[in-house]
Amino acid sequence: MKFKINLRTVILVLLASFALSACATQKKAGMEGDVYTGSETVKYLASGVPDRVFFATNKSSLTTKSRDTLRKQATYLRKNKNLNITIEGHADERGTREYNLALGERRANAAKDYLMTYGVSGNRISVISYGKEKPVNTASTPLAWSQNRRSVTVKVN
Amino acid sequence: MYKLILISLILFLNTTFANSLIKVDITRGNLDPLPIAVSPLHVDPKSENRENIKVKELGDKISKIIENNFRSTGLFNPLAKDAFVQKPDIAHLKPRFEDWRLIKAQALVTGKIIVKDEKLKVEFRLWDLTASKEMIALAFTTTPSNWRRVAHIISDKIYERLTGEDGYFDTRIIYVAESGPKDKRVKKLAIMDQDGANTKYLTLGNELVLTPRFNPANQLVTYLSYFRNLPRVYLLDIETGVQEVVGNFPGMTFAPRFSPDGKKIIMSFAKDGNSDIYTMDLESRVVERITDHSSIDTSPSYSPDGKYIAFNSDRSGLQQIYVMKSDGSNVKRVTFGNGLYGTPVWSPRGDLIAFTKVRKGRFYIGVMRVDGTGERLLTENFYQEAPSWSPNGRVLVFYRETKSGEKGEGFSAKLWSIDITGYNERKIKTETDASDPSWSSLLSK
Repeated sequence: MKFKINLRTVILVLLASFALSACATQKKAGMEGDVYTGSETVKYLASGVPDRVFFATNKSSLTTKSRDTLRKQATYLRKNKNLNITIEGHADERGTREYNLALGERRANAAKDYLMTYGVSGNRISVISYGKEKPVNTASTPLAWSQNRRSVTVKVN
Repeated sequence: MYKLILISLILFLNTTFANSLIKVDITRGNLDPLPIAVSPLHVDPKSENRENIKVKELGDKISKIIENNFRSTGLFNPLAKDAFVQKPDIAHLKPRFEDWRLIKAQALVTGKIIVKDEKLKVEFRLWDLTASKEMIALAFTTTPSNWRRVAHIISDKIYERLTGEDGYFDTRIIYVAESGPKDKRVKKLAIMDQDGANTKYLTLGNELVLTPRFNPANQLVTYLSYFRNLPRVYLLDIETGVQEVVGNFPGMTFAPRFSPDGKKIIMSFAKDGNSDIYTMDLESRVVERITDHSSIDTSPSYSPDGKYIAFNSDRSGLQQIYVMKSDGSNVKRVTFGNGLYGTPVWSPRGDLIAFTKVRKGRFYIGVMRVDGTGERLLTENFYQEAPSWSPNGRVLVFYRETKSGEKGEGFSAKLWSIDITGYNERKIKTETDASDPSWSSLLSK
């Protein structure tokens, strides 16, 4: 009996530590696939309203988390009707310059379209692509690249 | 500013085009460069001194520029001058061939200059030392301030005579000069001679500028500027400094290049998340849409006859190279290899397309036939892209960025060149970090 309990405890402890370590590496990497999920570089338009969303390599589709962030932005913008915004689209340094300019523009527009779906007028939104020209993290690492593949919503007034 | 009062090239002695004379084969990597002696040019003692130019030293300086040009081709081996056996003026009249053969030279360049009445008069000769024959004798006149170009023109003529191909030394490269940390990069348009001399900055660095490209027909340049934070294609006349925005597009225009006749600009226009290819006629200002596809279409480049356009598109899902007729019809994908393909640039000879390839996190500069067959990867690195052709279609210049550390340290961008044989990879000296090079046509043709 005693032996059994011990074994069970050992197994539980082992499982718990596995889960913890898996959790820790996930946190540290801050990525799902190659989309950044952390908050290291994120700023806020208002409390609880992140200013940016992240993208997979060569992609401009919005993840579930990105859509969640953009809905928060839409709610905030609907409440602050006098606010206009620019959405900046960015790419990482691992593509050719011209393609990255186009990709940044596509990413910024993906965010814009989603905000419009949630009731923000297109007249209030301008977009600009910087391609790979303005990295937020200057390291040449997969983590830095994931933080640089982004669209950022910036207040203009 | 570079106006050349020149150029009356006078063939003043009959040149023999005998088959027996030396010839340099440039179609394959040359592992046995031709030993050539470039004698300092004799400076006529009656020359007048000029402000800012030490005329007495010009003969020596010009010969050194010629040597440097030859060395950079990998095809020639300029011999050390301390072994030279004849004085410049005597060698130029009639070299003692056996003496020059003794130092293992196979070709000899001699010349003389005189600066008089605001003019620089040059004559030079190329001698075949094996056949004991003169191969070229040319004379021309220019302004003294053009003395560096004299060296490049002589280099071109000799290169042409020995290889049977056009030269590329009397040319310039326009590029983006970079400085500052990676996340606050200052970028300016800069122009320099092909050998890195005479660097001039054309913008102040107040706004981001990218991808300058020469007009193949004249000294106009097109580039992307973020002036007033609106990324648009601009046109710049480097003689007058006059700039103007190209067209009136309600969104970002980018990736500009000229048509081969210099009359149109082809570029991408991005709107609502979609980039397509457009042209604008510079005279009539008529804008034409060339592609209409929901994918990214960019980096267009005309074939030298103007009949076709190569571009890259991700319409297959990933970035690949396509070729179409110049009216946008008959779009055909030409790259099917593993990896991504971008930045197609049509060779001025028309036979090849240079490109950037990305595969397994590595970047390659390569060339292929215009139907996509015969792919040859010339160089592999952490990051490199944006090839531009020498006007004779034999050399590519491109830029390479280094991998940076955790804080962005160790980052640099430099210009490099490589022969399409895959040999002779060289870093091009620039005053600052540099990217997005574009090679001009020959200035005097």
